[in-house]
Amino acid sequence: MEFSFSEENKNKIPDILKKYPHAEAAVMPVLYLAQEQNGWISQEVINEVASVLKMPSEDVLGVATFYTMYHKSPAGKYHIQVCTNVSCMLRGGYDIYEGVKKRLGIENGGVTPDSKFSLEEVECMGSCGTAPMLAVNEDYFENLTVDKAIEILDSLK
Amino acid sequence: MERIVLPDIKDLHLIDVYIQNGGYQAVKKAYAMSTDDVIAEVKKSGLRGRGGAAFATGLKWSFMPKTTDKPKYLCVNGDESEPGSFKDRQIFEFNPHQLLEGVLIACYAIQAKAAYIYIRGEYAKWVKLLQKALDDAYDKGFVGEKMKETLGSQFSCDIFIHKGAGAYICGEESALMNSIEGKRAYPRVKPPFPASNGLWGNPTTINNIETITNVPAIINKGAEWFSKIGEPKHPGTILCGVSGHVNKPGVYEIPTGTLLTDVIYKLAGGVPGDKKIKCVIPGGSSMPPLRGDQLEGVKMDADSLKAIGSGIGTAGVIVMDEDTNLVKVLARISKFYHHESCGQCTPCREGAGWLQKVLERIAAGNGVSSDLDLLISIASNIEGNTVCALGEAAAWPVRFMVTKFRQEFETYVKADVSIPVPNKVHSMRATEFPVADIKL
Repeated sequence: MEFSFSEENKNKIPDILKKYPHAEAAVMPVLYLAQEQNGWISQEVINEVASVLKMPSEDVLGVATFYTMYHKSPAGKYHIQVCTNVSCMLRGGYDIYEGVKKRLGIENGGVTPDSKFSLEEVECMGSCGTAPMLAVNEDYFENLTVDKAIEILDSLK
Repeated sequence: MERIVLPDIKDLHLIDVYIQNGGYQAVKKAYAMSTDDVIAEVKKSGLRGRGGAAFATGLKWSFMPKTTDKPKYLCVNGDESEPGSFKDRQIFEFNPHQLLEGVLIACYAIQAKAAYIYIRGEYAKWVKLLQKALDDAYDKGFVGEKMKETLGSQFSCDIFIHKGAGAYICGEESALMNSIEGKRAYPRVKPPFPASNGLWGNPTTINNIETITNVPAIINKGAEWFSKIGEPKHPGTILCGVSGHVNKPGVYEIPTGTLLTDVIYKLAGGVPGDKKIKCVIPGGSSMPPLRGDQLEGVKMDADSLKAIGSGIGTAGVIVMDEDTNLVKVLARISKFYHHESCGQCTPCREGAGWLQKVLERIAAGNGVSSDLDLLISIASNIEGNTVCALGEAAAWPVRFMVTKFRQEFETYVKADVSIPVPNKVHSMRATEFPVADIKL
């Protein structure tokens, strides 16, 4: 699938570049921009980012695959991230995770057939004091019970 | 007790409220001083880093070369990914301007023209909150070219926010710099140290978010005032994040030297159901754990915790009650470090995975008696044999948990078999808790 930056996003790139003395340093924010537009980081996205920043596409691929928050395959409209690390685990993080899995009918890394939801078991999100938690895309939902978690999923249109 | 980092002032995150409460005065005061005097004041205050290593902040600043043609940089570490640590997000949300003011003072002290505040990618909301505060500070002329006019100084600097994308390793200072440079976040071999060879090969200082947020208060009220708070060798307050089995989890700002039991029972409201405590990790998941019977009299500061065989780390206190299955907890911790190993050094990349596999085998009831020695042997062979301290972070929980709770682990081990486990280890560099031979 072809990818090129929209006019609006293209205009944002010079401002990002201004933050750094070297263009390659902008690769992370520019990848975020691309992911926002395309939903995930495909090979076409990598080629476009590489050509915009005038750097080898292998280096862009290296960055995109190193960091977990760049989706290397299409994610759902709502990307559900459930933390099961120690502090959440002690307060029922795995119950939330199992409950969400059952409700969505997908495993870790899976996407529902209608592409509405994707699920990821994530490492500590920094909600240890408000555990357990899940995140829907960028938004945190904290101090959860299984029922509350299901309610949140059901409220997503 | 006076709160330095998170004062109890309503809407302090708004720039006008911050200014009304004496904000952006410290930066004026600092800019009227010589850079040497600012560094000397911070040195005298005894401020130590809040990111884990508790290194003296003023001393770190003084490592920056005075005469150099190269541009200098400040990086502020808000990667905060250690399980049990959730303090920096409170600063982004409730007191962002004090952080920014601290950055301005630090930049002046080390003569950096630009500062990068690194925030973990998951904190998208807090990136936006800090960006708003930063935009307001630019508008009011406290940051950037306009600050020369506003503050009447010769010096100016820029502050940028760099958003991470989900890699624990970026909390390691040299990995953080590689990440800002747009590379895979592999830690660098030291020396050369960042003060001579940091961001893009230029002199760089890296400080934690909480450390920097303390600086304006030190300049305003003086080093002497600060040095008298808490424990003399590690003065000031720390943001202590309490999580796990407590009634009131959350972040509490405490003077250093506060008793760990006071933190758990008085501030965090004790353990639900008045259960006994089996285990406490006092400084975030990578620090060696303490047994429930070791907590009496333990103080929350770097030296006291080191003396009892643990560490202050990021002061993320994780409490586990008597019903906790420590095998499962340790397996989960090892899964985390395996997942977050950057893959650069073999002992960590492979060893962390072995630790996870062996622990999951034990948790599933398929462990054999020699597995416990095997775990310690693997852990000890990771430690000291990696470029960065993630090796230790993966090894310590295993080594200390299995040693301190050996009996509990033994009850999970099914078959009694005797497979010889090599017990000689060879560490290539010094580590905090060295093991020449394995002693149980």
